[in-house]
Amino acid sequence: MVTASSIMKNSISEKVLIYGILLFWTFICLFPIYWTATTSFKTAASVTQGLLIPWIDFEPSWKGWRNLGFSPDTIFTESNPREEFLARFFNTALISSCASGLAVILGSFAAYGLSRFNYKFGFMRNPDISFFFLSQLILPPVVLALPVLVLYRELDLLDTHIGMILLYTLTVLPIVIWIMRDQFNAVPIELEEAALVDGASVWVSFFKIVLPIVIPGIASAFILCLILCWNEYFLAALITSTDAKTMPVMVASQISSQSIKWWNMAAISAALCLPLIVAAIFLERYIVKGMAAGAIKG
Amino acid sequence: MSEVKSIERDPLYVVAPSIVSPATKRAGKILVWSTFLLMLIIGLIQTLHTFEKIDFGFSNWRPVLYSYILWAIAIGYSRVLIYGEKGKRNLFIFPAVMFIISIVIFPMLFGLYISFTDWNLSSLDGRKFNGLDNFYQMMSDPYYWNALKNMIYYVLAVLVEFAIAFLLAMLLNSQIRGRKFFRIAFLIPLMLSPVAVSWMVGKSMLEQRFGPVANLGRYLGWETPTFFSSPEIARLTMMCMDAWTFIPLMIIMLLAGLQALPKEVLEAAKVDGANKWTMFKNIIFPIMLPVSLTTLVIRIIFKLKLADIIIIVTAGGPGGATDSVTSFIVREYRDRSNVGYGTLLSFVYLILIIIFMTILIRFVNRWLQRAA
Repeated sequence: MVTASSIMKNSISEKVLIYGILLFWTFICLFPIYWTATTSFKTAASVTQGLLIPWIDFEPSWKGWRNLGFSPDTIFTESNPREEFLARFFNTALISSCASGLAVILGSFAAYGLSRFNYKFGFMRNPDISFFFLSQLILPPVVLALPVLVLYRELDLLDTHIGMILLYTLTVLPIVIWIMRDQFNAVPIELEEAALVDGASVWVSFFKIVLPIVIPGIASAFILCLILCWNEYFLAALITSTDAKTMPVMVASQISSQSIKWWNMAAISAALCLPLIVAAIFLERYIVKGMAAGAIKG
Repeated sequence: MSEVKSIERDPLYVVAPSIVSPATKRAGKILVWSTFLLMLIIGLIQTLHTFEKIDFGFSNWRPVLYSYILWAIAIGYSRVLIYGEKGKRNLFIFPAVMFIISIVIFPMLFGLYISFTDWNLSSLDGRKFNGLDNFYQMMSDPYYWNALKNMIYYVLAVLVEFAIAFLLAMLLNSQIRGRKFFRIAFLIPLMLSPVAVSWMVGKSMLEQRFGPVANLGRYLGWETPTFFSSPEIARLTMMCMDAWTFIPLMIIMLLAGLQALPKEVLEAAKVDGANKWTMFKNIIFPIMLPVSLTTLVIRIIFKLKLADIIIIVTAGGPGGATDSVTSFIVREYRDRSNVGYGTLLSFVYLILIIIFMTILIRFVNRWLQRAA
C-alpha cells in the first residue's frame, strides 16, 4: 500500500540526492577557480600553510598582482610585466578574432553552398565534400605541426600573426561548417526562390535574405571559435617565439620557469581565465547552442 | 541536354538565363593561365636562387606564396567568367576548399617527403634522404609503442566520463530550481585554457606538500599523497584532469538530446506505471542512442588530440607513463629537433587514427541501423 506520506518522503530524499550531486559537481567545477583567485592574494606563508578562506584564515595581499603591475599602487606606474602581459593579451585577441572571423566567413559560404546546390568535383559529390571538410576535425594538430613549421620557415611566416591566423582558421573551420550547415538547412528555400525569380543573383539573395536569418547561428559559431582559438596552446608554442606569442604560451613558459612564485602564477592564471569566465556567464546561451548543434542531428 | 539530366536538380533551383559570350570565356581562361605562368616563373627563379644557380632572387619564398594567392583568386574569378551563374554557385565552396587544400594537403605532401629524411633543424647539413630508416627506428622505439598503449587507456577513460556526463545531464534535465546557475557552473571548466588548468589543478592543487587536494588526501588517511610519482596514479591523475575539462562538452550534447525527447512517450510510460529504472533502460537510453554515440565519437576525436596538459604538467613522466602520442612527438622534436623522425611518427599515428575512426564509425552506424 503506497501512502501519500511515503511518496512525499521518497520524493524529498530523492530531491536531496539530486541537489547533493549537483552541488557536489558544482563544487568540483568551481573550486579550482576559487583556489586560484584566492591564491593570487596570498603571501608565501599563507600559501605553504594551505589556508583557504580570505580575511578569516589569512590576510589578503596584493603581492601577486603587484608583480604583474595590476595592483592599485602599481596600476598607474610603469611596469614591464604589465606591458608584456598586455602585448600577449593583444596578440591573443587579434589572432583569435581574425581567425574566427575568417573561419566564419569561409565556413558560412561553404555550408550555404552545400545546403543549397549539388556539386560535382571529379568523383566527389556533396556528401563527399562535407566529409572532406569535417574529416579535418580528426586530423591531430601534431601531424600538421612539423611540416608547417618547416614550410613557415621558408615562407618567413614563423612567429607572425598572419601565420597563426591561417593555422587557427584551419583548426576551427570544420566546426563552423558543421554548425552552419544545420542553420542553413533550417531556413526555408522558398524565400530565396522568390528572390531569384525576381531576378536577384544567388549572392544577392544570400546576403540580403538568408544571412540576416542565420545571424544568431553565426554568432554562436563565432564565439565557439573564439574560445577554442583563445585557449590554443600546442600550435602557438611551436610557431611563435616573440612577436606573435600568445598568452597561453607565455603562461606555460612561466609555469616551467618560476613555479615557486605561486602568487604570481595564480595572478597570471586568473588573468588568463577571467575573460573566459565572463564569457561563460554572459554568452552561455550561444556557447551551448553551438556545441549542441551537432548532437541532435548526429 | 544529357548534362542537365546527369546532375540532379539543386535544392535551390531556378532557371536563370545565363549566356556567357565566348570573349568573356576566353578572358577567364587567359586570366588563369597568365597568373599560373607568373607563379611558375617566380617559383623557378626562387628554386634556382636557392640552389645557387643564379644570383638574383628573393630572400625567402613569400613572393611565391603571393603569386599562388593571386592564382587562386584568378581561378575563383574565372569560374564566374566562364560558367556565369553556375560559376557563382561554385564560388560558395571554392574558397573553403582552396583554403584547406593549401594549408592541409600541401604540408601533408611535404610532410610525407620529410618523414623519409633525416633532418635535424639545428644542424647545418640540411636534410638527407634515408629511406625507411626512420620506420625501422620507430619499430624498435619502446617509448612510441608505450605512448600508443597509453592512448588506448586514455580513450577507454571516455566511457567513464560518458557515464558521469549522462548522470549529470539527466539530473540537469529533471525538475530542479536554479538550472541556469548549474548550467553555467558546469560549463566553466570547458572554457578554461588547458594551460591555466595545468597550473591551477596540476601544479598547485595537486602539489604534494600543501596543495588542497593533497591536504584532503592526508586528512582522509593517505599518508603520502603524491600524484605524479607512481605510473598508474600519474596516468589516472591526467585522465581526471582531462575529464574535468571535457565532461561539460558531453553534458551539453547529452542535455540537448534529453531536451528533445518526445514528452508524450515519457508521460505514457509514467501513466503505465513504469518505474525510473525501467523507463531509463527501455525508453530513454534507446532513444538517446544516436546522440550518445555522436557524443562519444566527438569526445574520442578530442581525446586523440590530448597533449597540452601532459606537456606542461608531467612532460610524459614518470618514465613515459603519462605520454600521449602528441606529447611524445613534441618531446622527441624538442630534445633532438629531428623533424624527419617526428613527422614519420605523426603520420603513422594519423594512419592508425584513420583506421580506428573508420572502424568505429562503421560499427556505430551498424549499431544504429540495428537499433532502428
